[in-house]
Amino acid sequence: MADTAATADTPIVHDTNPSDDGVRRRDFINIAAVSAAGVGGVAVLIPLISQMAPSKDVLAESSTELDVAAIQPGQAIKAVFRKQPLFVRRLTPAEIQAADAVPVGELRDPQTLEERTKPGHTDMLVTMGVCTHLGCVPLGAAEGEVKGEYGGYFCPCHGSHYDTAGRIRKGPAPSNLQVPEYQFTTDTKIVVG
Amino acid sequence: MSFPWARQYQPTNGLMRFLDEKLPLPRLVYNAVGAGYPVPRNLSYFWNFGVLAGFFLMVQIVTGVILAMHYAANAQVAFATTEHIMRNVNWGWMLRYAHANGASFFFIVVYIHIFRGMFYSSYKAPREMIWLLGVVIFLLMMATAFMGYVLPWGQMSFWGAKVITGLFGAIPLVGEPIQIWLLGGFAPDNAALNRFFSLHFLLPFVIAGVVILHIWALHIPGSSNPTGIEVKSESDTVPFHPYYTAKDGFGLGVALLVYCLLLFFSPNLLGHPDNYIEANPLSTPALIVPEWYFYPFYAILRAFTADFFFVPAKLMGVIAMFASILVWFFLPWLDRSPVRSGHYRPLFRKFFWFGLMPCMALLFYLGGAHAEEPYIMLSQIATAYYFLHFLVILPLVSSIERTDPLPTSITAAVLGSDKEAAKGGTASPVAV
Repeated sequence: MADTAATADTPIVHDTNPSDDGVRRRDFINIAAVSAAGVGGVAVLIPLISQMAPSKDVLAESSTELDVAAIQPGQAIKAVFRKQPLFVRRLTPAEIQAADAVPVGELRDPQTLEERTKPGHTDMLVTMGVCTHLGCVPLGAAEGEVKGEYGGYFCPCHGSHYDTAGRIRKGPAPSNLQVPEYQFTTDTKIVVG
Repeated sequence: MSFPWARQYQPTNGLMRFLDEKLPLPRLVYNAVGAGYPVPRNLSYFWNFGVLAGFFLMVQIVTGVILAMHYAANAQVAFATTEHIMRNVNWGWMLRYAHANGASFFFIVVYIHIFRGMFYSSYKAPREMIWLLGVVIFLLMMATAFMGYVLPWGQMSFWGAKVITGLFGAIPLVGEPIQIWLLGGFAPDNAALNRFFSLHFLLPFVIAGVVILHIWALHIPGSSNPTGIEVKSESDTVPFHPYYTAKDGFGLGVALLVYCLLLFFSPNLLGHPDNYIEANPLSTPALIVPEWYFYPFYAILRAFTADFFFVPAKLMGVIAMFASILVWFFLPWLDRSPVRSGHYRPLFRKFFWFGLMPCMALLFYLGGAHAEEPYIMLSQIATAYYFLHFLVILPLVSSIERTDPLPTSITAAVLGSDKEAAKGGTASPVAV
């Protein structure tokens, strides 16, 4: 006991070797070792974290081709895009009128019907069938389903109402139904994604 | 820890002496739940629920490990293997029903345990750490139960997973990448199912670990009691064994009776029929609700339908839902009354029984109701009251109320006076 007490108080001369600027070799080794171990440890975290991100097969670009010729005004179809539902709806003139009649400034997520459709195809509304609240599939695409207070879509989970342009009008959802990237390849065919 | 009068472990034979010297496990058990742990003599049946929670954790681990032997976590076959367990595996139906109803009972006893703690202010010094660890256990239980419910890959499993992971999508900027990262895809699919299975298997053992810390922290000050006054002398306590092993044993028998009643006569009462339909990403059930034990928090989540202080409604709901549990972490400091037990706090008691309890009951009901009026408005009122109770009423009441006089000791509360107790001696089981 007496020995250890003595060495604790007295610096061990042969171990320190102070250089001119007062930095001991041991300090350098300590910092270098801990830094190397730290960088190594953090590097190991990268695969551990990124393994959870979508794998290559999930990410593999999937695009969906659709023939929209058969959809009558007032009708809608459900398709699948990246494992999620996609709504394609041909609006009736009355529905277009209803969408255009709304003052854009009063909307929670201000967008006009024109901005949400392709030029020359303003009657063709293509949106994700995924409620922007928590991801349920809204009703209103299939025949006989509730369309909500604004005649578009209605999410039964938490009561979000979308209008005929798929814009959020009432309920907890923060934004309009998402319009995915798509284009018309011919007058009646669209490619989504 | 222990009181100075705690009985000392005495190994009775050579083998036990050998064990005590090399690895004193029997001593640990003796001091934790044996005769070496002195416990207040006046514990009511409300003090049974900690042991019951531990018991149901064991039920879940045993039945869960067995179910995992027959189940496959792959979106192609998960639903089929669940049905395989129900139809083909010997006693599979019982094991799965025991697991599903075991989860419900785990939550029932834990809820009673938590609100016991709130009524008797068991969270107050010197027992804050026990309470904090308890809230951690509850959060872990919620995560485990949620992921377990996804595994059968029925409609409720799928849509529950979608809605709950959608909560993370509410976080500004990073929300959507986090959601995709958590799911390993754009919607719940094989990747999500697999990781949920892995974590659902792991977390119960993490819970068991935190339970050990919870009990360890409990044994430092010792158990609280219905009077809320501390143990002062030996006459205030009885040894855990045989007094409370017997009382807990009786309570366990009653709990098992109710559990078996449900398990064997109405095993699907607390479940949702929709979960016997295989997951279909293109069709949302008419009503998506979580399991009943999440109802109050789900009601709070859904209560926010309009933007609030420039925070989007969706984010606000998520924040409120998490805050409704996180607020429990601050209870030891929000409640300023020097008196613990609700029996001696007349004003607090009124707010507890006529404020918080009806509010919780209402939230339980609303969480399972459709998202329409008048349920939305009622959820908003109940949510507001819930936070009002913890953040305003509790600190205010605990500061202004005049508490009733406390008995001089636990023994005095039970027998009238310490002298009476001295006559009867400490071995008297009368008061227990």
